[in-house]
Amino acid sequence: MKRTLADRENVLGAALLAPALAYVLLLVGVPFVLAIALSFSTATAGSLSFNWVGWHNYSVILADPIFRRSLANTAIVTVGSQVLVIVLATAAAQVFRAAFRGKRAARFVLLLPWAVPVSLAAIAWTWIFDSTFSVINWTLKVAGLLHGWLYWLGEPGLALTAIIIVQAWRIFPFATVIVLAGLASIPQEVVEAAIVDGAGFWRRLFRVELPLLLPVVAVAVLFGVVYTATDLGVVYILTGGGPANTTQVLPTLAFQRGVLGADLGQGAAIAVFLVPFLVVVAILLLRVARRTEVGGGERR
Amino acid sequence: MASVEIRNLRKQFGELHAVDGVNLSVREGELLVLLGPSGCGKTTLLRMIAGLEHPTSGEIYIGTTRVDGDVPPRARGIAMVFQSYALYPHRTVFGNIAFPLEAAGDPRATIAQKVRWAADMFGITRYLDRYPRQLSGGERQRVALCRALVRDPQVFLLDEPLANLDAKLRNTARDELKRFQRQVQRTVVYVTHDQVEAMGLGDRIVVMDRGKVRQVGTPQEVYEDPVDTFVATFLGQPPMNLVDLQDALLGFRPEHFLPVAHFGANEALRNFPLSVRRVEYLGSDRYVYGNVAGAGATVIAKLPAMVATEITEGSEMEFAVPERALCYFDAVTGARQRR
Repeated sequence: MKRTLADRENVLGAALLAPALAYVLLLVGVPFVLAIALSFSTATAGSLSFNWVGWHNYSVILADPIFRRSLANTAIVTVGSQVLVIVLATAAAQVFRAAFRGKRAARFVLLLPWAVPVSLAAIAWTWIFDSTFSVINWTLKVAGLLHGWLYWLGEPGLALTAIIIVQAWRIFPFATVIVLAGLASIPQEVVEAAIVDGAGFWRRLFRVELPLLLPVVAVAVLFGVVYTATDLGVVYILTGGGPANTTQVLPTLAFQRGVLGADLGQGAAIAVFLVPFLVVVAILLLRVARRTEVGGGERR
Repeated sequence: MASVEIRNLRKQFGELHAVDGVNLSVREGELLVLLGPSGCGKTTLLRMIAGLEHPTSGEIYIGTTRVDGDVPPRARGIAMVFQSYALYPHRTVFGNIAFPLEAAGDPRATIAQKVRWAADMFGITRYLDRYPRQLSGGERQRVALCRALVRDPQVFLLDEPLANLDAKLRNTARDELKRFQRQVQRTVVYVTHDQVEAMGLGDRIVVMDRGKVRQVGTPQEVYEDPVDTFVATFLGQPPMNLVDLQDALLGFRPEHFLPVAHFGANEALRNFPLSVRRVEYLGSDRYVYGNVAGAGATVIAKLPAMVATEITEGSEMEFAVPERALCYFDAVTGARQRR
């Protein structure tokens, strides 16, 4: 009998993998390599010239105070939002673990920020932070907690805070779902043993549940870091990097210099600059995830 | 040391009556076994004593304190060993045993001292720096017992602590458990579905079925003097034979059912002609499966290796049971009849 394609595992495997592989190579691999190559050139938008200039673009951006500010902002926004996300997601997961009326509806609402397109959500947030109509300001004012006025997107510190809030809001539903799954994987008997052993809520949370959750939380944080550090939309729509470039992050700056300013070489250098840092963060977090796995390797 | 008193305890999960009006006294210092098939409510009962489940109604006293209301597990003076041992996987053996002491706020020096004392008692001192996953099943079980012991509880609650061990280890572990209990002299409530464990360990056994207590007694009492057909057929391997006598059920243990020739001449016997269907040779015993004339039901005879009579499959043989070993049960309710 003739062998069909389904019988030939080598060929079948390659055939099934090919589309995904082609997608990754063409839409991720090629642009990535291209960006690295461009970052060593003086290429400009609208021209096909390619002049190798070595590390020139990198030395230029490193000397640029706006770039340094952007780098610092990227770090602040990423770390700030992820700390917020861990706290919120752990708390929300505890709430969602309990049985209550309307839990399904609440879970649906919780997931909405994750499902809404970034740009739409960011536009909604510009209204929440609007200099005249800010619902936060009016609420605080009516509650008698605010004297004066907060210009959310007009002052550097407040604008960064606003960006952190939106980034945390965007990632936290996803993190909550991951933490919930992690909580569900903790054996019920271990939690009950802790109850019988006399551990109260906080001791159970910090001495039993969180250590056991660490691998899952590490994965959630990894996703959060990558999504936040590489996000263009939120900052672009909320502040556009302003006022006066004080809220620029690397993706917005790369877009501004490389696409709007047509300096592809510098834009690419700014965009690529983050890659080594993200790789290190990813390795560290994945190591945490593996090392502390229940039943995994050594600790201490 | 404390007694445990349970009065008219009920637990309902929706329509299911998991524990259905249980009355029970656990005496100070005794090892009481809750025995029954899965789903009989024994674990639910234990969890209510521990405070992990709230009773639907009824009362629980540990010592003289009523605990069924809002007394949390940590305030009940109990320690529990779970079937899976429920060790904390991210903590060393030391960290596991120390956990309840840390929760109680003991100073560090005291904790270290108590942990060493408990670890010594179970011979696991050299594993103190290891993680649970690096231990064998038997070692994990000892760590779990250590963690329970170190709190110096009034009552130990053990939920099938041997079920996860392989058969070979179970005998040694049973022996160790019994020694441990004699040494610490604490009240122990022990849940199992394994009758061998129950008979071997229990000072008294509580046989449960469908949320109700069927019988409470010493291993000898529940085995030799069952109150109904459930207890009679749940205990014993193979279970008690039941022969329908129209007006009643006649019960007798397979080990009392032997060829007539093996009884003394002046023993009062009840004879049964047995048509032998099959003989199982099991080394130390032979099981003879057959039918008793007139009754129709399959009965089993358990002949020890000492009984050398040749038994041929398909033959008709005269078997007998001593009159003193016969039990009568009501044909409808299954309750024991005293005659």
